[in-house]
Amino acid sequence: MEHSIAAVQVRPSAKRKSWKHGAMTAGTLGWFLILVLLPVAALLMEACQSGPIAFLRGLQGEAAAYAFWLTLWTTILAVVINTIMGVLLAILLVRYPFPGKTLFDGIVDLPFAVSPVVAGFMFIVLFGPQGVLGRWFEAGGIKIVFALPGVVLATLFVTLPFVTREVVPVLREMGREPEEVAFTLGAGRWQTFWKVTLPTIRWGLIYGITLTTARALGEFGAVLVVSGNIIKRTQTATLHIHQEFTDFHYQGAFSASVVLGGISFVLLLLTEFWKKRHKL
Amino acid sequence: MGIAVKDLTKRFGDFTAVDHVSFEVEQGKLVALLGPSGSGKTTILRIIAGLEEPDEGAVYLTGTDATSWPAQKRNVGFVFQHYALFKHMTVRRNIAFGLEVQKRSRKEIRERVEELLQLVKLEGYGDRYPTQLSGGQRQRVALARALAPKPRVLLLDEPFGALDAKVRQNLAAWLRELHHQVQVTSIFVTHDQEEAIEISDRIAVLNRGKVEQIGKPEEIYDRPLTKFVASFIGHANVIEATVQGGRVLAGEPARGRIELPIVEEKLESGEAVVLVRPEDIVLASDIQNGDLKASIVGIRYRGDEYEITVELAGLALRVTEDKERFVAEGWNLTQEVAVRFSRYRFFRAEEGHDAIRERLRSLGYIE
Repeated sequence: MEHSIAAVQVRPSAKRKSWKHGAMTAGTLGWFLILVLLPVAALLMEACQSGPIAFLRGLQGEAAAYAFWLTLWTTILAVVINTIMGVLLAILLVRYPFPGKTLFDGIVDLPFAVSPVVAGFMFIVLFGPQGVLGRWFEAGGIKIVFALPGVVLATLFVTLPFVTREVVPVLREMGREPEEVAFTLGAGRWQTFWKVTLPTIRWGLIYGITLTTARALGEFGAVLVVSGNIIKRTQTATLHIHQEFTDFHYQGAFSASVVLGGISFVLLLLTEFWKKRHKL
Repeated sequence: MGIAVKDLTKRFGDFTAVDHVSFEVEQGKLVALLGPSGSGKTTILRIIAGLEEPDEGAVYLTGTDATSWPAQKRNVGFVFQHYALFKHMTVRRNIAFGLEVQKRSRKEIRERVEELLQLVKLEGYGDRYPTQLSGGQRQRVALARALAPKPRVLLLDEPFGALDAKVRQNLAAWLRELHHQVQVTSIFVTHDQEEAIEISDRIAVLNRGKVEQIGKPEEIYDRPLTKFVASFIGHANVIEATVQGGRVLAGEPARGRIELPIVEEKLESGEAVVLVRPEDIVLASDIQNGDLKASIVGIRYRGDEYEITVELAGLALRVTEDKERFVAEGWNLTQEVAVRFSRYRFFRAEEGHDAIRERLRSLGYIE
């Protein structure tokens, strides 16, 4: 008797639950569709509206080619330098106690917290012609601000935390023991790093590199302030898009946007594909 | 001599983890370092492996002073509690790691790995990844990896600590057997005294960074030299007593003090502690003059035996009784019985008594 009463009470509430569940799923997915897919679709449609010829014409011109070329090299430099330094920093933070470690741990995130525009101004103050270090460099004939070194420095700054932040947790989870076992088996520090540490943290590292790449490709604010936006000198792809847009060259802006967005998208897909292939 | 440490001392800040420890392990023997957590046993093991540097003292491996050698040169096999397998490598590559680092020939590596897979009974598991194995299997892989380069000595840090009771027992018995086959000088660290007694040739009992006693398992169990050893090895009833005029008195004064049947050469007046193991207490239904009288206040069935709690003068004593005798005697709750000690250890309460009491309390031997 008791059983049947319980069953009668459970059924309608279960039904209500599944209805609620469905509504929540639909609502959440719908929200993301509107927020992510709709703008992407709009941009694609706008860029291709006048046909493929017009799309390609939008990418023509030395300024566009140079801007993409500069972005490519800046990104490569930022990724290589920040990968090496990021891993070193992560190892330092996880493995070695040093005074002020907690404070330093927070400072690593500073580039995330500070607006890129503000970051750009910090570089201007430091490396500008009147800046503390800028004056010194200027005397040596090296221009940093409003020149290529400034673009690279600004990109390095805004992408600094990605690798460290992704590697720290996997390094911590791994612990010292696999490395210590390698030592007792006769492997030196360098050998241990390549054969044991690096393969173990590789997924965190790959994810960190993907994020670094995406951010370096897309950085705008800090680079805008530091570079001076000189066409065919310090204008990166994002600055070029902005320039085209403000000059009412909409086709140029849309085409370049699609290319830049496409590169980031392909990178993301590649990472996911890799992960799938390694069953992770 | 397989392994010898002399006067080993290691401090972490103010804390002395290892305090002038010396002991030797004969070639081919299996020795347990037994002690509660914080007794310094793992630190000693790590110093022998070269993973930790001692502040003072020396480590000798097969007769040679190895104190200044880096871990890479010592040729020790090390097994961690949590296996520390290389997760990105198959079982085969894990085992081969030490041989590959030493640049042995491919053929040699292949043969040695197969040999070890057989030894640890994991034939057919060579191509699996560590995540596809059970805890016991993982620990066997870790053991095979440590043994592959034919180490001078094998060091195991709580090797069964992460496994459940059943697997732990099987693996412990298997390790004993394996050690017979391989005959490599081994030290293993444990806090589990049953494990230590079951598989080791010698036990070194550690407490607060010092060796309290080292000897064969039987010696440690039957003839403990210190109160700590007596209470740590096996389950002991700890009875606090007072010696007055050659009589050893115990129990709450309000419940009437009793005289314990202690025979010692010299009984100086003062505080004392008597340790009696549950299996060394004999209960009898025929109460004679001079017997300690107690009543049964608890009976618990423990599978292979009964654990009986008796109470006398406010003291609760644990007694183990095998099944047959339990049934033959027909013990009942509230029954009056005679309590006799077939064996006991008597200790004068010297300095440091409080510290030992604290230890015993933390181990749950006294309240």
